Amino acid sequence: MDPVIWFFVLGLVAGLAKSDLRLPPAVYDLLSTLLLITIGLKGGVELARSDVAGVLPQAAGVLAIGFALPLLVFPLLRAVGPFGRADAASLAAHYGSVSVATFAVGVSFLAERNVAYDSQLPLFLVLLEVPAIVVGILLARGLRSGQRWGKLLHEIFLGKSIVLLVGGLGIGWAAGAEGIAPLEPLFFDLFKGVLALFLLEMGLIAASQAQVLRDKGLAVAVFGILAPVPLGAVGAVAGWLMGLSVGGTTLLAVLTGSASYIAAPAAMRIAVPEANPSLSLTASLGVTFPFNIFAGIPIYYSIATALHQWGG
Amino acid sequence: MPDDSRRLITIVTEAILEVELCEILERLGATGYTVTNARGSGHRGIRDAGWSSSSNVRVEVVCNEEVAQRITNHLRDNYYDDYAMILFESDVRVLRPEKF
Repeated sequence: MDPVIWFFVLGLVAGLAKSDLRLPPAVYDLLSTLLLITIGLKGGVELARSDVAGVLPQAAGVLAIGFALPLLVFPLLRAVGPFGRADAASLAAHYGSVSVATFAVGVSFLAERNVAYDSQLPLFLVLLEVPAIVVGILLARGLRSGQRWGKLLHEIFLGKSIVLLVGGLGIGWAAGAEGIAPLEPLFFDLFKGVLALFLLEMGLIAASQAQVLRDKGLAVAVFGILAPVPLGAVGAVAGWLMGLSVGGTTLLAVLTGSASYIAAPAAMRIAVPEANPSLSLTASLGVTFPFNIFAGIPIYYSIATALHQWGG
Repeated sequence: MPDDSRRLITIVTEAILEVELCEILERLGATGYTVTNARGSGHRGIRDAGWSSSSNVRVEVVCNEEVAQRITNHLRDNYYDDYAMILFESDVRVLRPEKF
């Protein structure tokens, strides 16, 4: 197993055992900032080398997936689960959107195995973050409402993760590999170390969510475990159809199989305040995130490998 | 001698509401406010400020009786049902009444 995952376990165990270990919020912010810029820069540098025209149809396909995923999840939750309209819509938004941390663990997983991935994946990460949130709000609210879309779209598009990812992509693109070279020690060489510390904090946060889980019961846990693999499979098949490499197919599956815990909670809290925030946060952070880094990512990798072997 | 008694409103709520709340306070006539980060525990569980989704802020406003009434009514009607929010008022003396 990738050693960075043990840091998540350490944080989880320390949190569950009520250790006084905690990182200052400012450190957590810095670590997530570094991760987002690194992912953006790496993508930008690679994109500058590749054929952009070929990426556009793929990007459109990925956007379509972003709109479709919550529409798959929502009716299912309404039909099967004990969830009200607002809660189901909020969960759909969380699971349609993506988790950057899961993506980073996926990148690290592929690096351990020396598997390359397509340069457009960080761009897909950006594209998948927003649509599901918009659809989730519409599912909860409908089109006719006093929703302040201007303010909301500002919140969604100028959220930290989008700004840093797009900024990193742009800078990487403009500077190219040689221009970025002086920055490599901070952003690329330290990637694993930063990820390890970040996962330590994630373990602590997940532990606090796991304590909420005891009260929320079975439905959230069952959904958090059952949802990611089918959703990831959608991404794997799409990636394979688009002609991505095994690594790229794996990462697209990681994206569709992951659930947002930063952008979606913030947006849903403002737009759909009656939805219970701890319900979707517990599912995405307390259940699905650990599931994905332990079991999900290897499963997506197997699916991607199988698709490529079978389909050639 | 000018009347130097004012109301101090203290609001403790989710950090995500900070920007919105400050806009509302100014719109309702507050001449200023003070925001601090906060953590604690209450009906909605422990809010430990470990990261953004579980952070609280504490907003303090000194204002006259009329503005205080407007603010408490507005927050009660729009936020109490769905957000973690408490609000309390107290009487204070200020040194420069013309500021508030």
